[in-house]
Amino acid sequence: MAKYIGKRLLYMILSLWMIVTATFFFMRIAPGNPFASEKKLPPEIEANLNAHFGLDKPWYAQYWEYLVRIVNWDFGPSFKYKSQTVNDLINEGFPVSFLLGMEAIFIAVAVGVLLGIIAALKHNRWPDYTAMIVAVLGISVPSFIMASFLQYFLAIKMGIFPVARWESFMHSVLPAVALASTPMAFIARLTRSSMLEVLANDYIKTAKSKGLSRGVITVKHTIRNALLPVVTYMGPLTAGILTGSFVIERIFGIPGLGAHFVTSINNRDYTVIMGVTVFYSILLLVSILLVDIAYGIIDPRIKLAGGKKGE
Amino acid sequence: MEKLLEVKNLEVSFQTYGGTVKAVRGVSFDLHKGETLAIVGESGSGKSVTSQSIMKLIPMPPGRISGGQILLSGEDIVPKTEKQMEKIRGKEISMIFQDPMTSLNPTMRVGTQIMEVLIKHQNMSKTDAKNRAIELLRLVGIPMPEKRVNQYPHEFSGGMRQRAMIAIALAANPKLLIADEPTTALDVTIQAQILELMKDLQNKMDTSIIFITHDLGVVANVADRVAVMYAGQIVEMGTVDEIFYDPRHPYTWGLLASMPSLENDEKAELAAIPGTPPDLTDPPKGDAFAARNQYALAIDFEEEPPMFQISETHFAKTWLLHPDAPKVEPPEAVKKRMRQLSSTFEKPVVVKEGK
Repeated sequence: MAKYIGKRLLYMILSLWMIVTATFFFMRIAPGNPFASEKKLPPEIEANLNAHFGLDKPWYAQYWEYLVRIVNWDFGPSFKYKSQTVNDLINEGFPVSFLLGMEAIFIAVAVGVLLGIIAALKHNRWPDYTAMIVAVLGISVPSFIMASFLQYFLAIKMGIFPVARWESFMHSVLPAVALASTPMAFIARLTRSSMLEVLANDYIKTAKSKGLSRGVITVKHTIRNALLPVVTYMGPLTAGILTGSFVIERIFGIPGLGAHFVTSINNRDYTVIMGVTVFYSILLLVSILLVDIAYGIIDPRIKLAGGKKGE
Repeated sequence: MEKLLEVKNLEVSFQTYGGTVKAVRGVSFDLHKGETLAIVGESGSGKSVTSQSIMKLIPMPPGRISGGQILLSGEDIVPKTEKQMEKIRGKEISMIFQDPMTSLNPTMRVGTQIMEVLIKHQNMSKTDAKNRAIELLRLVGIPMPEKRVNQYPHEFSGGMRQRAMIAIALAANPKLLIADEPTTALDVTIQAQILELMKDLQNKMDTSIIFITHDLGVVANVADRVAVMYAGQIVEMGTVDEIFYDPRHPYTWGLLASMPSLENDEKAELAAIPGTPPDLTDPPKGDAFAARNQYALAIDFEEEPPMFQISETHFAKTWLLHPDAPKVEPPEAVKKRMRQLSSTFEKPVVVKEGK
């Protein structure tokens, strides 16, 4: 197991290096630069700025410098937000996005799996139809409309939750629900279809022929086998949600990481683009690794490569 | 001998988009203690549905037991609820399925799958159940059971898995074991081992077995009595000798003639029964086999034949046994094996409906 994880970490570093390299060069190819704005800067000032941020050096020197910095977990200063480094931006934004994301993931998985299981067990009866209508709504209604609805009814009309801002747990409920709605619906559909597939298997008939009750069969024989596709989906979902949603954070006025993904690209804020990309990639790679490890735990047939039998 | 199971006029139907499929149409048979009954027939003849109905394992809906009785030790199980059935399944009746590759849960240890039965039906503690599971694995001939008990199904070979299935099925000492084509998915050498094991365990535990198969070779090997099913009905039933040496129904002749044998002429082609079984959403008038039957009489297309009794144990459902029917010769391959059995009645007797 340790050997397997070590090998995977090595691959992760390799992928990360490739992502960094690709982002670095694509970013430079894109026209414009961090200091381009409506007002043309005097050439002396621009040269000064370029010198200050090291943009006057040849590309290979910049690239090497950047690699060295990343290894030291230093993403450099932001070009746009003077006096703030990229590390500051991530350190400020990520905890907020993380908290919001964890809440959303919890809601999405708990409600989604539950809906999926109910739908599968009551296949082609009203609970199934109800759950699937909820799921279709969740998938087809965009999160920003969901967010506005929640704000209007639950916050403004009923006054149960605050409308926006990030201050207490109550403030986090509406954005978390809005963020969770789409993945929740997706997980519900995924769970339902894989539950139905598992329920049609011979070993469920075997379990029934042993005299086990429906509840025991569902809990001990069905759910575990039905969860693999959901776990697969969890990897990218986790990384995506934890790094925040630009739209939801905008609507609810949440100071998360999501905004930086979008604004930094408009601003050609090179270091922020690089910083958030690298950060997102690391999260993604780690969650994929966790998913693969979870596979091995859920399904004993999947032996992690490099791991010995029975380990 | 004590009757363990009596199936009386069982009818099972399935509601489908195409209409109601009458999968089992009035099947009656009984089973004695310690006896093995083989049910043979081609795919779709209703043999699996019949056996699964005995455990009420058919999916309901769309399936429905639309008539008849299933008496287990004299008690009708048809009206029983799911909760009541849970006490019967695995304890009184248990089942082995065709494909050992898919009938064990891939994410649960084999031992745990055996222990489930013991904990449910024999109120054993976990430790006792585990020890018993090891004993059972040893009983079904799995080497190193102490180690095997903690393994997952994918670490077992096909034959091993079927042995493990047998261990699960026999864990609670059921009175009746239903084996639904238990050897079909296995290769021939393993088949023989599994059959040997089942016979051996049956002697030890005095279990009755219903053995479902389409392999007549297997039937000759394991069964005491044979029921031949066609289109949801039993068309002929008798002891193994009666079915193999004195078959009376043209369908049984067809089955026997299509069985390869070492005595067959090398160049002779294997006889097949022409055509396909009838659509059971709309069963044909008269005898369901008439359309494929080269010996069919005019009446076969008009009226369903009654059951005729040929000996104490031998029944066949064909007009050919009627005193007015013309004498017909069975096919060459069958004629070669025909023998005069001493128990045969002077004349076939019609069995009254609703016996």
